[in-house]
Amino acid sequence: MASQTAEEPNRRDFIVIAAQAFATVGAAVALWPFIHQMNPDASTQALASTEVDISPVKPGQAITVLWRGKPVFIRNRTPEEVKAAKAVRLADLRDQAARNDALPDNARATDENRSKLGKENWLILIGICTHLGCIPKGQSMGDARGDYGGWFCPCHGSHYDTAGRIRQGPAPRNLEVPPYEFLSDTQIRIG
Amino acid sequence: MASHESTFRPSTRAGKWLDERLPLTRMMHGQFVDFPTPRNINYLWTTGGLLVFFLGVQIATGVALAMHYIPSAADAFNSVEAIRRDVNYGWLLRNVHMVGASFFFLAAYIHIGRGLYYGSYKTPREILWILGVVIFLLMMATAFMGYSLPWGQMSFWAVTVITNLFSSIDSVIPGLGTRIVQWLWGGFSVSGTTLTRFYALHYLLPFVIAAVVGLHIWALHVAGQNNPTGIDIKSPAEAVPMTPYAVVKDIFALSVFVLLFAWFVFYLPDYLGHPDNYTEANPLSTPPHIVPEWYFLPYYAILRAIPNKLLGVIAMFSSILLLIFVPWLDTSRVRSAKYRPVYRVFFWMFVISVIALGYIGSKPPEGEYITWGRVFTAYYFLHLLVILPIVGVIETPKPLPRSISEAVLGERAKQSATAGGVS
Repeated sequence: MASQTAEEPNRRDFIVIAAQAFATVGAAVALWPFIHQMNPDASTQALASTEVDISPVKPGQAITVLWRGKPVFIRNRTPEEVKAAKAVRLADLRDQAARNDALPDNARATDENRSKLGKENWLILIGICTHLGCIPKGQSMGDARGDYGGWFCPCHGSHYDTAGRIRQGPAPRNLEVPPYEFLSDTQIRIG
Repeated sequence: MASHESTFRPSTRAGKWLDERLPLTRMMHGQFVDFPTPRNINYLWTTGGLLVFFLGVQIATGVALAMHYIPSAADAFNSVEAIRRDVNYGWLLRNVHMVGASFFFLAAYIHIGRGLYYGSYKTPREILWILGVVIFLLMMATAFMGYSLPWGQMSFWAVTVITNLFSSIDSVIPGLGTRIVQWLWGGFSVSGTTLTRFYALHYLLPFVIAAVVGLHIWALHVAGQNNPTGIDIKSPAEAVPMTPYAVVKDIFALSVFVLLFAWFVFYLPDYLGHPDNYTEANPLSTPPHIVPEWYFLPYYAILRAIPNKLLGVIAMFSSILLLIFVPWLDTSRVRSAKYRPVYRVFFWMFVISVIALGYIGSKPPEGEYITWGRVFTAYYFLHLLVILPIVGVIETPKPLPRSISEAVLGERAKQSATAGGVS
């Protein structure tokens, strides 16, 4: 008899714990659709690619194209700009990583790792300041290009050099190099 | 103070019938008619009523505007223009809602300053104070999302910059910040998807604010109102019923404040805004100078004062979250700054540095503005984290009057002697 009275509360305990666990897990599971609905959906995620004709871009000029809703900077650098970018010592850089989608994460931020071999005059970057997402100035001829001759973000004062590397200001990272390839000398595909 | 004699007697049979089933009128009578209010509260105590009024105005005009606004990237900008030009009285509703947000914040800042000056956060009003900070945070979130809705250049870039604050988490856990930001955006950049969800939340949050305001008033009516002396009410003679005394005073202050409000609504509706926001959002071009609305400028200045992205974001958020701990950071047992000569000086330095940060926040981030931004940011944190605890210990407060009556009568005697004196 004694063991029977001891058994009954145990069974009840089990039901109580099971019910609570069921409700907790159920609530957590029910919450997920409400959170996940806000994530980018498949149609947004579908990695669209953009083909660009770069033949009209003369040395010293730059164009901006839209890829996945983001501006992409395409700059035809002058030999002086390339030389200036190559002359920078790695130790002087704020962010030493290449930030190039085509290279491993540990690649260094040399000018070679930021552009493509044999096409060093072309610099292709995602034109979004790595601080808080403004679009840096420096694409148009009349723009302020900052103290390092690349880009200058007017929002909070970040300066990028001619390889799009952060040199001064609050931005933590170099401008990102998106995945791209040369289809011909005058045609590139981003994405 | 919540326990006071109620004079409520339902006079009609219907009133009596309802009172026995749901004593709602009894509660309202007890809390808003009979409720004892300190005799000596000054006009700074009318800001709470002002804030309730502006919350009501924002909800009423907001619901009306929602009947005409279209939350999509293609139509938002034009629908706001249509509200201003075509909708009957749309210009009025929109101006009241837009200027109302500014005046809501103005009243809130005076209200918070009042609390800091008279020590209204001290025991037993800690929960009351914390609920106030929660309301303030909710107001900021609501105002920020509301500002995105006209879908102008400033709307778009303010959303871009502020949502990107979360990407600073990337430097702690790589990738997490970016995932959060993309979750907020619903894409890889700010888009119409982002606008639609901000609209949904902008409609929701004011009702959350209203609920927390209910808790705030509840907590207020448990502890009772503070007053300029910071001394508790000691005898019933030191209090007057809320209606008509405090309520009529509130209404008078409200009508003066609304006069100023009306001047802005009718004559300077865009004075507090930015011309850039009448250019439709363009994801390919950042305006040369992005600034938030004036009421966010001090925090924006703190964000920019620190040259490290993550630390800047942490400083900005903690500048507000620190307020939660003020009841414990302030070690003085004397509530009112009236009797705290040292704290009073630091209090005004704190007010000056917040205003200075606001000015610096409106300027481009270069040269001297960066230096001064850092100086005032340093003082902001120094005040809350160092000065507040230390002054409470080392300061010798002026002798406190024994009661509110003594403080008030003593002052009156002094005033008749010098004919004039401090207002």
